[in-house]
Amino acid sequence: MAKLTYIKAITDGLDQVLQDDPKTLIFGEDVGKNGGVFRTTVGLQDKYGTDRVFDTPLAESGILGLSIGLALTGWRPIPEIQFMGFTMEAVDSIGGQMSRNRFRMSGDVSMPITIRTPFGGGTHTAELHGDSLENLFVGIPGLRVVTPANPYDAKGMVISAVENNDPVLFMENLKLYRSMKDEVPDGHYTVPLDKAKVVREGSDITIVAYSAEVNEALKVADKLEKENISVEVIDLRSLSPIDTETIFNSIDKTHKVVVAQEAQKMAGVGAQVASAIAEDDIMSLDAPIGRVSAPDSVFPFAMAENDWLPNADDIEAKVREILNY
Amino acid sequence: MAAKSKHVVDFEHIKSTMSDPYKKPVQVIDENGKIVNQELFDRFSDDELVTLMEKMVWERALHEQTMNFSRQGRLGFYAPTFGEEASEMGIAHAMKKQDYLFPAYRDLPQLIQHGATVKEGFLWSKGHYQCYDYVRRGVRAWIPQIIIGAQYVQCAGAALGIKKNDEKDTVAYVFTGDGGTSQGDFYEGINFASSFQAPAVFFVQNNGWAISVPRKTQTAAETLAQKGVASGVPGVQVDGMDILATYLVAKDARDFAASGNGPVLVETLTYRFGAHSSAGDDPSRYRTKEEEKPWFDRDPLIRLRKVLTDKKLWDQEKEDKLVAQYKDQFKQDMKDAEAAPKQKVSDFLKHTFEVPTPDVAAQIKEFEAKESK
Repeated sequence: MAKLTYIKAITDGLDQVLQDDPKTLIFGEDVGKNGGVFRTTVGLQDKYGTDRVFDTPLAESGILGLSIGLALTGWRPIPEIQFMGFTMEAVDSIGGQMSRNRFRMSGDVSMPITIRTPFGGGTHTAELHGDSLENLFVGIPGLRVVTPANPYDAKGMVISAVENNDPVLFMENLKLYRSMKDEVPDGHYTVPLDKAKVVREGSDITIVAYSAEVNEALKVADKLEKENISVEVIDLRSLSPIDTETIFNSIDKTHKVVVAQEAQKMAGVGAQVASAIAEDDIMSLDAPIGRVSAPDSVFPFAMAENDWLPNADDIEAKVREILNY
Repeated sequence: MAAKSKHVVDFEHIKSTMSDPYKKPVQVIDENGKIVNQELFDRFSDDELVTLMEKMVWERALHEQTMNFSRQGRLGFYAPTFGEEASEMGIAHAMKKQDYLFPAYRDLPQLIQHGATVKEGFLWSKGHYQCYDYVRRGVRAWIPQIIIGAQYVQCAGAALGIKKNDEKDTVAYVFTGDGGTSQGDFYEGINFASSFQAPAVFFVQNNGWAISVPRKTQTAAETLAQKGVASGVPGVQVDGMDILATYLVAKDARDFAASGNGPVLVETLTYRFGAHSSAGDDPSRYRTKEEEKPWFDRDPLIRLRKVLTDKKLWDQEKEDKLVAQYKDQFKQDMKDAEAAPKQKVSDFLKHTFEVPTPDVAAQIKEFEAKESK
């Protein structure tokens, strides 16, 4: 057991899967000698060699197309797309190809591909580096979309993702990379890919969040506790599929819910959570479903990020509105 | 020099110099059935010549019968192969069983030569999951790709996988058309394979037309073979209406890649005699009879038929008998395809993930209930 940052926990998980399975391969732009632009794969090429951990030419569709061909020839690829905005170059490889292959082959061909990609606002980086694009991907049948919100989950989920025999889009939050530390077990352990987690128990209202918004929700829970308002916080962890059971169990108890996300509001994850509640558990609620999200503009110019990103204040305001309905 | 003359194309030289890789397409017999390269022609035994002719006759018969089925409303999407028999069968003849094939939608004849069945080809056109049974049987071929270019990057990946698996005498084959060379994935595919020096053989069947857009609109480049040059991939053009030339070049290309020399690009010069697809495309909207005429004169069957007839290896009666025999078989294949079981939505859902997600599991139940009624 060691206290690791979120990014170190991912490195640790990748080290573990490289060690466990000789068929695993890590590749992408700058992941080899440089250890990735964020150093997520640092040291892995030295340890496992250039056959297992290698740089590729700079082309995202090529990287993910390569992954498909490698998977067809018996390998377990772990490609990195350097920033989630760059997945725009590779949408066919994801949604047109790898996610359909099990279906095409009636279950007889697996695509055990884990696409790692950093995302998330708050680091004032260049355009198309911080965007939360999960809303584009959660509607793709055959693709899992997951994102951990803490170091423990980060390691356990990256191991689960690699061991899973279906393609997984593994989103790593840029802001969390070095801003949080956690006790992380040594060696092999897994965290399920399709289970949400109650990260804080409460009885008055439920906040459903994921990734960096989980921390924002926890700040709200801390603050409201002082007013004797008991907030339950759920970390979705998996964005596709969505673990509605955990959500329903919570709102059956709290009868109020706010769904928070960093991505824009249109369609996507929060909308899916809200519609699942509306469809199957609406009678548990005694107030409307509250939603907190980014506005439906393009992800902002870096200097305006803080004005645009939903934060604890936005969640708190929405929680109070729903509590006072 | 003697050793070098064994090769039809000196890919090694092209790769080291990247000079004039494309100026003169390789040809063995011209459109009049005249042997223009006796040395290359003499490499073929009589049996081989007959086999190659039979394969082209088979592909033409398959095309004709498929068009019949199409007109009868018994097929879905079909991309005619009429005119491209030398290109497709010449290349297919150079493939080995252990090679991986990444076809596109006009490459069903090569796919069938590699181990898929005609019935599976018909099922692919009609839209039935059993069309991919060949993958389950262990045939090393992937799906007829619809997204033009995607097969190129996937081929690069399979080629790298072959290299990493240390499989000897094995390559990954891939096809696209002239239009496909404009796609980003085309460049990414050849460049990735080149960067990794992976055993990929990239074929461009330049049939002159991407639906209604002519080859010249795709690029001002003089040839498509030269597109390999910037990636360090030797490229060559071959007369794609001459099956002997196509086969020899494809075989050389395969040998070169299989020997650890990295990828190769081959452009076959051919022509789409018919429409882009069976779905209402009408070539008279965008090309003239005057343009078509010289290409019809280059029909790959005409020239080999003449050579074989002169050598008393072939006659019309033999060909007619073969065609009838092939077509009878295709009719049986179609009957078999039409007897395929009804597909179930619950099966599609079961094949979406290895372990169904809760929502998908609920939908499986829902559809199973409907299907059991």
